[in-house]
Amino acid sequence: MPMIERFRTLAAILTVVAVIVVVWYVFAVVLNSRWEYDQAARAGVQIGLPELIERTLAQDRPMLPTPHQVLAGLWEGVTRYAPTSRRSLVYHAGVTLSATLAGFALGAAAGLLLAVGIMHSRAMDMSVMPWAIASQTIPILAIAPMVIVVLASLGIKGLLPKALIAAYLSFFPVLVGMVKGLRAPDGMQLDLLRTWNASRATTLFKLRLPASLPYLFASLKVGIASALVGTIVAELPAGATVGLGARLLSGSYYGQTIQIWSALFAAAILAAVLVAAVGAVERLVLKRMGLAR
Amino acid sequence: MSWQGWAAIAFWIAATMLNCHIANRWYRSRWARPFVATLFGVTLLVLWEGLVRGLNVSPVILPAPTVIAARFAQSLPLLWGDFTQTILKGALSGYLIGCGAAVLVAILVDRSPFLRRGLLPVGNFIAALPIVGIAPILVMWFGFDWQSKAAVVVVMVFFPVLINMVAGLAATDPLQRDLMRTYSATGRQSLLYLRLPAAMPFLFNGLKIATTLALIGAIVAEFFGSPTRGMGFRISTAVGQLDLPLVWAEIAVAALAGSGFFGLMTLIEKAVTFWHPSQRAAGRGA
Repeated sequence: MPMIERFRTLAAILTVVAVIVVVWYVFAVVLNSRWEYDQAARAGVQIGLPELIERTLAQDRPMLPTPHQVLAGLWEGVTRYAPTSRRSLVYHAGVTLSATLAGFALGAAAGLLLAVGIMHSRAMDMSVMPWAIASQTIPILAIAPMVIVVLASLGIKGLLPKALIAAYLSFFPVLVGMVKGLRAPDGMQLDLLRTWNASRATTLFKLRLPASLPYLFASLKVGIASALVGTIVAELPAGATVGLGARLLSGSYYGQTIQIWSALFAAAILAAVLVAAVGAVERLVLKRMGLAR
Repeated sequence: MSWQGWAAIAFWIAATMLNCHIANRWYRSRWARPFVATLFGVTLLVLWEGLVRGLNVSPVILPAPTVIAARFAQSLPLLWGDFTQTILKGALSGYLIGCGAAVLVAILVDRSPFLRRGLLPVGNFIAALPIVGIAPILVMWFGFDWQSKAAVVVVMVFFPVLINMVAGLAATDPLQRDLMRTYSATGRQSLLYLRLPAAMPFLFNGLKIATTLALIGAIVAEFFGSPTRGMGFRISTAVGQLDLPLVWAEIAVAALAGSGFFGLMTLIEKAVTFWHPSQRAAGRGA
C-alpha cells in the first residue's frame, strides 16, 4: 500500500474511534445525570449544566464510567499492585491467559490431527464433518458452567477445566479450516506429485500442509479469540475467584462498574494481543515459505 | 463392565465397519452421506448410553441419553417456558434489533467512503473481542428481565453483521456500476436494484454467524442475573442442585434452537440469493 493510502486509512480509523469516544462521553453524562439530579434534589439545591457535566464525569460508581476513568482504573490495576497480588489485573489476566493458551494448544492440535485423519479417510469425513459443522450452530458456551461444576465434583479444579472449554471452542474452527486447507491443492499439483510417485505422507508434508497454512492461520485467529471467550465464561460460575471472568462477576455483584469496565478492557487488550501474535507468526512463517502477499 | 457396555462397544465396531464399507463403496449415491452421518450420530449415543450403564457412571457426573430424554419429556412445560423467555423474548428480539440496526448503519456508512475505510478495521477489531463480557453491565442497566438479554444480543450481533454488510455493499464490480450509470440510475435506484441484492450473500453470511452469537449472548447474560426462568438461569441452578438430566435437557433445547435458527436462516438465504453460484451449483448437483 502506498504511503498516502496508508495515511488516509489511519486518519479514517482515528476519526471513527474519535466519534466513538465522543458518543461515549455524551452517553456517560446522560446516563449518570439521574443520580446527580437525585443527589441535588435530596440536598435541596439546583444544579447547573457545567456543574452537572463535571460531576457526572467523576462519579465513584457511575452507570457508565467515562473512557478516562476506565483507563485510570486499568492503569491502577496494572501498576499499583505487584503482579502477584490478587488485586492486580496483571495477575487475573495471567490466570486467564494461561488457561486460554493451554486450551488453545490442546484444541488446535486436536483439530489439526483430526483434519489430517478426515483428509485420509472418506468414512471419517462422511461421519464426522456434518456433525462438526452442525455443532458450530450450537451455543456450546452455555454448557461451560456445567463442565466446571462436574469436573470440580470429580476433584479436577483450577486450570484444566477452563482449558478444556477453551480447547473445545478452538477445536472446531481449526478443524473446519484445516479440512478446507488440506484440500486446497488443485488437481494439477496433486497429479504432479503422483507422477513423482510420492507417498501419501510425502504429499501431506510437502504439498498439503504447506498449502493449508493460510487457512490454518485464519482459523487459528478465530480459534484463539474463541478460546479466550471460552475461558472468561468458564470463570463465571460461582466459586471462581481468579481470572478476568471472576473480576467481571464480582464487579457486577458489588456494583463496581469501573472494575467491570477495566476487566473488560483488559480482556479486549488480551484478545487483540493474542490475535496480533498469531498474525505476527503468520507473517513470519509465510515470509519464510515465500507465500507472503 | 457389565453386558450393556460390551454390547455398545460391539455396536460401535459393527457400525464403524458398515460406515467404512458404505463410504468406500457407495459414496457416489445420494443416500450415503446422510446415512453415514446419521449412523455415526446414533453410534455416539449408543456408546454413551452403554458406557454410562455398563460402567455405572453416577448420573451426577454424566446421565445416560435415555435418562435425559425421559427428563426432557417430563419437563416439557418448564422447558417451553425457558425457551420463550430466553430464545423468543431475549435472543430473537435482540437479533432482529441488532441485525436491523447493523444493516441501516451499513447503508448510511456506505455513503461516505472515508467512514467505510475507518469502520471496517474498527468493526473487525471489535468483532474479535470478548463482547459477551458486557453482559454484567447491560444487566445492570436494563434490569433482570429479557430486555437486558436482548441488549446483550444486540451488541453481540451488531458488528459481525455490520462488517459483512459493509463488505457486501462494496462487492459490485465497476462494470455493473457503469451499467447502472448508463441507465442514468439514481443513487437510490442503484442501491435498490444493484448493490443491495449483490450484498445479500455477504449479509446472510453475517446473519448466520449471528444466530449462534445471539443464543450464546442470551444464555450467558442470564448467568449475571435473571428472573426465575430462562435457560441460562435453569442451567446454573440445576447444576447447583446436581440435577444433571435437566441441564442436559436444556442443552438439548439450546442445540435444537441453535440448529433450527441456523437452518431457518439458510432456508431464507436460499430463497433470497437463489441467483448466486453457490446456491445454483447445489441444485444442479455439479
